[in-house]
Amino acid sequence: MLSSAILFPAVLNGLMTGAVYALVALGLTLIYGVLHIINFAHGALLTAALFAVFLAHRWLGLDPYIAIVVLTPLFFGIGYALQRFVIGPAAHGEDRNILLVTLGLAVIIENVLLYLFRADTRTIDLPYAFDVIEIGNAVLAVPRVVACAGVALVTLALWVVMRTTRTGKAIRAVAKEKLGAELSGIDVAHIYAVTFGLGTACLAIAACLLLPTYYVNPSAGNAFVLIAFTIVVLGGMGSLAGALIGGLFIGVVESLSGLFLGESLGQIGIFVMFILVLLFRPSGLFGERA
Amino acid sequence: MPNDKTNDMLRAVSRRRFLQTSALGAAAGATVIAAPSVLRAQGAAVKIGVLHPVSGAVSYSGQQGRLGALAAIEEINAAGGIKALGGAKIDAMLGDAQSTPEGGNAEVEKMNSAGVSAIVGGYASSICLSASQAAARYDLPYIVDVGVVDSVVTRGLKNTFRFGPGFGVIAKTALDNLVTINEQAGKPAKTVMIVHEDSAFGAGLAKLLNAQLPERGFQVLETISHPTPTRDFNNVALKIKAQNPDIVIPANYYNEYVLLARTMQQQRIRPKGIYSVLGGASSSYKFVKDFPEAAQYIMDCNHWFDPKNPKALALKKQIEAKGQFFTYEVFMNYSCVLLLADAIERARSADRAKIIEAMASSTFSGHVMPYGPTKFVNGQNQGAMPVNTQVLDKDIQVILPATFASAKAVFPMPRA
Repeated sequence: MLSSAILFPAVLNGLMTGAVYALVALGLTLIYGVLHIINFAHGALLTAALFAVFLAHRWLGLDPYIAIVVLTPLFFGIGYALQRFVIGPAAHGEDRNILLVTLGLAVIIENVLLYLFRADTRTIDLPYAFDVIEIGNAVLAVPRVVACAGVALVTLALWVVMRTTRTGKAIRAVAKEKLGAELSGIDVAHIYAVTFGLGTACLAIAACLLLPTYYVNPSAGNAFVLIAFTIVVLGGMGSLAGALIGGLFIGVVESLSGLFLGESLGQIGIFVMFILVLLFRPSGLFGERA
Repeated sequence: MPNDKTNDMLRAVSRRRFLQTSALGAAAGATVIAAPSVLRAQGAAVKIGVLHPVSGAVSYSGQQGRLGALAAIEEINAAGGIKALGGAKIDAMLGDAQSTPEGGNAEVEKMNSAGVSAIVGGYASSICLSASQAAARYDLPYIVDVGVVDSVVTRGLKNTFRFGPGFGVIAKTALDNLVTINEQAGKPAKTVMIVHEDSAFGAGLAKLLNAQLPERGFQVLETISHPTPTRDFNNVALKIKAQNPDIVIPANYYNEYVLLARTMQQQRIRPKGIYSVLGGASSSYKFVKDFPEAAQYIMDCNHWFDPKNPKALALKKQIEAKGQFFTYEVFMNYSCVLLLADAIERARSADRAKIIEAMASSTFSGHVMPYGPTKFVNGQNQGAMPVNTQVLDKDIQVILPATFASAKAVFPMPRA
């Protein structure tokens, strides 16, 4: 069983699944790092994004990879508006209110989707979905390789934005010291909304990269968000590098435990990791000690 | 206080009077309620529950099942309805089990309160099990369209009838036929891997196969289970590649079956044969049309219509004219509804108990399956059996049993 003929492709598959997990986790950790809230609506927003990709393909004939160009700004806008006009005002400056508001949003989004699309599992068929690339003895599906490359690009772009632009600097300033940032003339409400928008835009890209090899139904996003929470804790709350490395790591863990324990039990490995991290390194790999 | 006693008496009298009046009222009411049964004799519609998982993980199969049931109801109504009830039309009450047993139960409750005379359908084993049990509480006749696990008919439920074959028969036929095909080819296959979905259907079948394959000279290298839905079969394919079995036996529903077959094609895994037992897709014209390369040479032991029955061929034409695929869910449900209509006809009543009685003594042969006349023992149709099919040149051919065969088996698969 432990031959390299299986292990090597399984690890590669895991890395590729992990890359998408990382992108979902990136959005989550970004929002946590700046707003200091856990966004429970993250999964529902991912589901909404998956449906958007599906409909763009069904109605407009848009290829999911081309849809990135349209859906990323759209979801940035949705995220911005949600924080600016719904979550922000409804929270009245209290963190626990924000928790409840995002949880409520998740319930609303999921049920609206369930009402509109019913419980059906939908997929899209693309001519290249089953094309392959061979690396050594591993045969890799093209859409997964594209997804992996896409995630690398997005992470790089996000890093550049955070390091070099004025908005990036402002986001980092707000994350570090909200009051200080406000005193230096930074519009905190605006920066909060921008961050929320960036997190949501990550989901739109993740959805576009996912759908060629995945399915969508009104609870599809939840599977990713539980994993994304694990990744954020593993990588360290609010750490972008942690989310990336944690995501890849969890992808490999899932792939290998699926291989050894069977597909039905594959996700056990992830949650064992979660418990181990909480027990032995609660601040995560790259997290600052509380 | 003296008045108290008088009051009590008054109250007693009035209560007695009240009881009298209400008894009269009840009698009058009963006459009114009884009236519809008189009307029914003049052709009031007979309500039948048509229950399928038309949304959720197995929604495609559920929709196909509904299509078949409705085709039969349309046909019966067009031909003058139930003649013994004065040409009463059949009125279908559609239900969606949402691909879960709980969803099925909820629909049974609704159908019962709406006063249906019987329910047809269920499709997935787990839904059939719970829905027929829920219907049993109301002595409501339940005709299982597919639901193959053996326990569907071994629970002693008087209301439950299964028209198609169960696991036991299917697994035995499948293995007999596998041995025959292998021997005809000079016994090239010795090792087997089983890939199954992990609910009642797949897990139960895998258990049976695991017990019986070694007795017939096959070695089971590994048994892999996966949930429904699964959207990634790369790990499963890797394991198959590593073990390199002669035969792969998949037992899962449509979406997963297609994905597994396509992933195997993608990873260039070509065993000597893919031989499914109730493979969700390999006896489906949809799969053959959508992915001819992945489907080519796959063999299946599954529910299949009698290709020599003109009624079956006419139905196939009629369904295909609607732009739909003639899958087993269609002709199984079509046959089940005809079977039920025959029972209602002979019961001369829409009464549940009488229909159950008529079902139990049914000898119906107007269906489109290769089963012969129906004969129910403990709710199981004794003549029900699967046939073996193979995908050859973008069409599905029957390869066994010889009496129904339209082509010879191609095994082992030619190397492309």
